[in-house]
Amino acid sequence: MSTRDGHAIEVTDLTVAYGDHPVLWDVDLEVPHGVLMGVVGPNGAGKTTLVKAILGLVRPAAGRVSVLGRPYADVRRAVAYVPQRGSVDWDFPTSVLDVVQMGRYGALGWVRRPGRAERERSLEAVRKVGLEELAGRQISQLSGGQQQRVFLARALVQDADVYLMDEPFQGVDATTERAVVELLRELRAEGKTVVAVHHDLQTVPEYFDWVTLLNVRRIASGPVDDAFTEENLRLAYGAPLGFLGRNGRPPEEGLVSE
Amino acid sequence: MDFLGDYTLRIVALGAGTLGIVAGALGAFAVLRRQSLLGDAISHAALPGVVLAFVLTGTKAPLGLLLGAAFAGWAATLAVMAIARMSRIKYDAALGIVLSVFFGIGLLLLTDVQKQPDATQAGLDRFLFGQAAGLLRSDVITMMALGLPVLVALALLWKEFKLLAFDPGFGASLGLPMRALDVVLTGLLVVAIVVGLQTVGVVLMSAMVVAPAAAARQWTDRLGTMVVLSAGFGALAGVVGAVISSRVERMPAGPTIVLCVTVLVLVSLFLAPRRGLLWARVRARRARARLRVQAVLEALLDLDARHGDGHAHSEAVLEVAGAGRGGAGRTLAELERRGWAERRGDDAWLLTPAGRAEAEERYGGRR
Repeated sequence: MSTRDGHAIEVTDLTVAYGDHPVLWDVDLEVPHGVLMGVVGPNGAGKTTLVKAILGLVRPAAGRVSVLGRPYADVRRAVAYVPQRGSVDWDFPTSVLDVVQMGRYGALGWVRRPGRAERERSLEAVRKVGLEELAGRQISQLSGGQQQRVFLARALVQDADVYLMDEPFQGVDATTERAVVELLRELRAEGKTVVAVHHDLQTVPEYFDWVTLLNVRRIASGPVDDAFTEENLRLAYGAPLGFLGRNGRPPEEGLVSE
Repeated sequence: MDFLGDYTLRIVALGAGTLGIVAGALGAFAVLRRQSLLGDAISHAALPGVVLAFVLTGTKAPLGLLLGAAFAGWAATLAVMAIARMSRIKYDAALGIVLSVFFGIGLLLLTDVQKQPDATQAGLDRFLFGQAAGLLRSDVITMMALGLPVLVALALLWKEFKLLAFDPGFGASLGLPMRALDVVLTGLLVVAIVVGLQTVGVVLMSAMVVAPAAAARQWTDRLGTMVVLSAGFGALAGVVGAVISSRVERMPAGPTIVLCVTVLVLVSLFLAPRRGLLWARVRARRARARLRVQAVLEALLDLDARHGDGHAHSEAVLEVAGAGRGGAGRTLAELERRGWAERRGDDAWLLTPAGRAEAEERYGGRR
C-alpha cells in the first residue's frame, strides 16, 4: 500500500485551535519511512492534538496532512492508532481478547462479526504483548501496564504501515516499558513507521532515532543526534534545563494545563 | 389464576414484556455510555408530543401518539446537545432544563385538552403514570412493530455500537462515522422509550432504561450477556408489574413495574457474585479471619521460640502480642478446632506439633 518515495507522514502549515486558543501553530513536519519518532514538548504543547490532527480526529483551522503521500481518509487501513490509556472506561464489560479484536473492525466492514480468522490473529497479538494468560480476563482486572499492552495489541492486529501512539509509556511498569520498546524496535525492523508521544526526555536518545520537539510551534524535527540538542530543548521548554542531570523531567511541566 | 387463558392478561403481559425487552436492551448501552439521565429527559419530553399529536389528529390511535412522543423526545435530545455544545451550560444542567421545560409544556397542554367538553380526550392522562389494564391488541401490535426494528438494528450494528460505547476515538480513527452512529443509537433509545410510554408513563419510564441495565451489570463482565440479561430483567419486571397493576384496581402500572425492577436491582446489588455487596463483605470478613489466624499462629510460634520450653501462654499475652484485635479468644477456638493449638488450664494456650508444623510452613520462612 505504501509508496516508498516521499514521506510516511507530511504535515504542512498545520494550525489547530480550540476556540480562539491556538494549540498548534503553523506546524511543518516530515516523517521518513521506517523511523521511530518521539514527539516531546511541555504539557499543552499540542502533542496529542498533533496525533489527532494526523488521524483527522480534530479539524485543523488551516494546513494539510498527508499519510503515505495521500489524504488520511484514503489510507486508513494502513494506519493504526493507540490512544491514551486514560481515554476509555476500563470498567467496560469486555475482555482482553475482545478489545484486541476491535482492531479488526475497520477491515471487517459493516454488519460482519469477527470470526475465527480475526480471533486467531488477535490471539497472536495478545501473545506478542505477553498477555496470553489474561486473554479472557475482564479489562478492569488488569494493571495499568497490562492495559497499555492491550491497546498495543489492538494496534498490532490492524497490521498497519504507520503507527501513531499517544503516550504508550505513560504510567507503565518497568516490564511493560521494556516490552513496548522491544515491540517498537520490531515494528521498525519490519519497515513500519512509528510516531509516539513521549514525556520522558531522558529515554529519548535510547528509544527513538527521530524526534520532534513541539511547543505549539515546531521547535525542531529530525534525527535525534541533530534535533535533540540542549539549545532546542531550551527553546521548547522555555527555561534552562538540568534534564541531562536528575529526573529527566523539565522543571516547568505541570504549570500549563492541557 | 388462569394466566394463559385470560385474553386481557395475555395482551398486558405481551405488551409489558415487549417494552421491558426493548428498554432493557437499549438501556444497557445508555448506562454504559453514561447517558442514564438522557433517558429521563427523553421520556418526560415526550408528553407534549403525545398531547400535540392528539390535538392535531383528533384520535387516540397509538401509532400517531407514539410518533408524536418520539418526535418530541428526539427534539429534546437535540436541544440538550445543542445547549451543551453551544453555551457554557454543562450537559447535566442542559438535561435538567430541557426535561422540565418540555414536561411543563406537556402538563399545560394536557390540562388544557382535558378541559374540553367532549370526552374524546379521556385516557390521555394515562401517559403520566401508565396504565396496563387498558392495553389493547392494537397497542401491543404497535409496540412490537416499533420495538422489533430497534432490536434488529442493535444486532446488525452490534460491533459498531460496542466501539461507540467503549472507545469512540479509536472507532473514528478506523473511519467509522461515530457521530452518525451516535445519532442512530440515540434514536433507537428514543424509540425504545416511546414503546413503553403508555404502559409505564413518562414520569417513570427512565427507570426501565436504567434499572435493568444496572442490575444486569452486576452479574456479568460481557457486553452481550449484559444486554440479554438487561432485556430479560426488563421483561420480567414489566410482566410482573403490569399483571399486578391490571388485576388490582387503581394501581397505576408505572409505579408497580418500577417497584418490581427495584427489587431486581436490590437483589443484584447485594447478591451478585463478585460485584455484590454481600459477597464483598463476606470476602473481607474471610480475609480478616485469615489474617487473625496468621497473627495468632505467628505470635505463638514467636513466644515459643523465645521461651523455648514449650510452656503454655495466656490469652492475655496473645492479645497484647497484637494477635487478637478484638478476639484472640475466637481465633484460638478456631485454632483448637483445627487441632493447631490446645488449651492448658483456664486460659493458657500451647501450639500443637501440627500447629507448629503449619505455622512454620506458612510463615516460618518469612522471618
